Amino acid sequence: MAALSIKDLTAIAKKTKESMQISAQGPHTKITVHMGTCGIAAGAQKVMDSFKEVLEIVDKKDVILTYSGCAGLCSNEPMVTIERYGEKPIKYINITPKIAREIMKQHVQKGNPLKEYIIAKGYENIV
Amino acid sequence: MGDSTMSKETKKKEKTQTIPDLNSVPFFGRQILIALRNRGRINPESIDEYIAHDGYQALAKGLTKLKPTDIVEQIKQSSLRGRGGGGFDTGRKWASAAKATGEPKYVICNADEGDPGAYMDRSIIEADPHSVIEGMALCGRAIGSTVGYVYIRAEYPLARKILGHALEQARAYGLLGENILDSDFSFDIFIKQGAGAFVCGESSALRASIEGNVGEPTPKYDHATEKGLWKKPTVLNNVESFANVPPIILKGAQWFSAMGTEHSKGTKVFSLVGKIVNTGLIEVLMGTTLRDIIFEIGGGIPDGKAFKAVQTGGPSGGCIPESLLDMSVDFEELSKAGSMMGSGGMIVMDEDTCMVNVAKYFIEFCNSESCGKCISCRDGSEAMLEILTRISEGKGKEEDITLLEELSNAIKEASLCGLGTSLPNPVLSTLRYFKEEYQEHIVHKRCPAGVCKALITFTVLEKNCTKCGVCFKNCPYEAITWKKKEIAVINQNQCKKCGICYEVCKFKAIERK
Ligand SMILES: Cc1cc2nc3c(=O)[nH]c(=O)nc-3n(C[C@H](O)[C@H](O)[C@H](O)COP(=O)(O)O)c2cc1C
Ligand code: FES
Repeated sequence: MAALSIKDLTAIAKKTKESMQISAQGPHTKITVHMGTCGIAAGAQKVMDSFKEVLEIVDKKDVILTYSGCAGLCSNEPMVTIERYGEKPIKYINITPKIAREIMKQHVQKGNPLKEYIIAKGYENIV
Repeated sequence: MGDSTMSKETKKKEKTQTIPDLNSVPFFGRQILIALRNRGRINPESIDEYIAHDGYQALAKGLTKLKPTDIVEQIKQSSLRGRGGGGFDTGRKWASAAKATGEPKYVICNADEGDPGAYMDRSIIEADPHSVIEGMALCGRAIGSTVGYVYIRAEYPLARKILGHALEQARAYGLLGENILDSDFSFDIFIKQGAGAFVCGESSALRASIEGNVGEPTPKYDHATEKGLWKKPTVLNNVESFANVPPIILKGAQWFSAMGTEHSKGTKVFSLVGKIVNTGLIEVLMGTTLRDIIFEIGGGIPDGKAFKAVQTGGPSGGCIPESLLDMSVDFEELSKAGSMMGSGGMIVMDEDTCMVNVAKYFIEFCNSESCGKCISCRDGSEAMLEILTRISEGKGKEEDITLLEELSNAIKEASLCGLGTSLPNPVLSTLRYFKEEYQEHIVHKRCPAGVCKALITFTVLEKNCTKCGVCFKNCPYEAITWKKKEIAVINQNQCKKCGICYEVCKFKAIERK
């Protein structure tokens, strides 16, 4: 890979934003499993695996499955964020593989969030 | 069917309506993210996603629109202070290294993080490694350095893997290496694995360890910014300090210095642990009160227990009592209270915590982590440990409190490095705020919190006992006598004070005193 110029930086930013973008036609949902050391210790890898398993069966094109570092609330890991097109991202806490499968079925596929496992929706205060 | 008449939009609204907004949940709503700006929203192993969130834009600005002296000036004006412990003015450090002569110059990132209960730096690297890399590169540009090191704790395998991967990606994009972004600036970063001792996080010990020597502190005759690593000009900053740099350069010093208190600008990341409902990693504005952190963000103390103290600053810090909960959390106020900011560990303690025992724990930690070079730190902590042990065993003498104070002051005076000069803090602060508790141990041979085993007894409260026999069945030492329909009796000379009967009795019929 050739060294980047500043223009390339802007192009990468644009391209990545587009590819991670959820939309009405493209992938409509983004699933983020929070996988810092704390999350993994609480079982986030198993949660990730169970999302992957379900995605093997259902249509993968509709969903972006990704991961990030710790979301902050370590006592309630594993945490998962689900963002559907046109809705604020929703944060789930204390997720098990079983709940993950349920989230896939109800929230991701049908658009019915599972309120009992949700802490909140929306964005953090990034200044 | 009624709901078939509802429009799709209203239906959708209904489904998410009752879910609270993140901002109305205090744990999230009270936080302001700068160092943790990308937590939970980018894949830490994708440099593209970092770039998509303004990543490397600050470096681009630093290489095209700003001169190296401008970068130093911006950091100076932001009043950013080091997040690794001492709170030293970052801009002054950079300015000194920029002015110093000697080639090559070094940028070191301190990711040793040895404080018990602290994991801020691990989390930053795991969530957003490029923010640290970009901050280091900007420092390199500012001081005229071409090489950096990240000194990372061996116990952090995931952080090291993620950082290593990030460095490779940055190199592949030419964001590290020769002529970064078509400029004349070249810079690369290498990982050095920590030697596993708490003291290796101290600046001179850390440099010795990178140089391949034993990671022990040395006397500071020179300024490290002039004669640091291999006697060359060196800037050493903490992970969180570096993570703050890109936003400051991108948004300007004023943007940053508008936040926080008079002498402590911006935010601070804390790991909130111990007896607290919401354990986690938080970032708050400097100046937030301890009460807000513990009771709003942290959700208070679990199981209906009362708050007793919060320990900040790690082994070098102190315990802050309830009467000071409304103090502002910043560098000055924490020092005034006899504690310190430290790197951001915050351990919350409830009514069941014995402050003598807490002091003993931290002295034990420092005693085993002392490099042993200077007598005051090595033998002084040993002597303190002896006294604290004796107090906790009910063998304390009246004069022990004065002795602890004198020893503390002597150790502060005479020790070589920060470990020694700060190790008495947990003792001094508990003596300052919880002296009665020491006296109870010494004079009345009582541990009010019911922690020090030598000083507590377990007895059956006859009026509460339902004669169920659960204590009898659970006692691993067969120290309880019980027969059906009879009140249980604890045989004191057989009791090992494990406390299991106390835990299993549902009727509060076991008294711990
Ligand atoms: C015993 C001891 C341990 C330390 N451990 C760390 C550490 O783990 N991480 C850290 O950043 N600073 C640590 N420090 C502080 C460093 O010596 C140094 O001040 C700091 O890394 C400078 O960075 P800053 O100005 O960005 O805070 C320690 C200091 C002492 C005395
Ligand atoms: S280890 Fe530094 S003073 Fe003892």
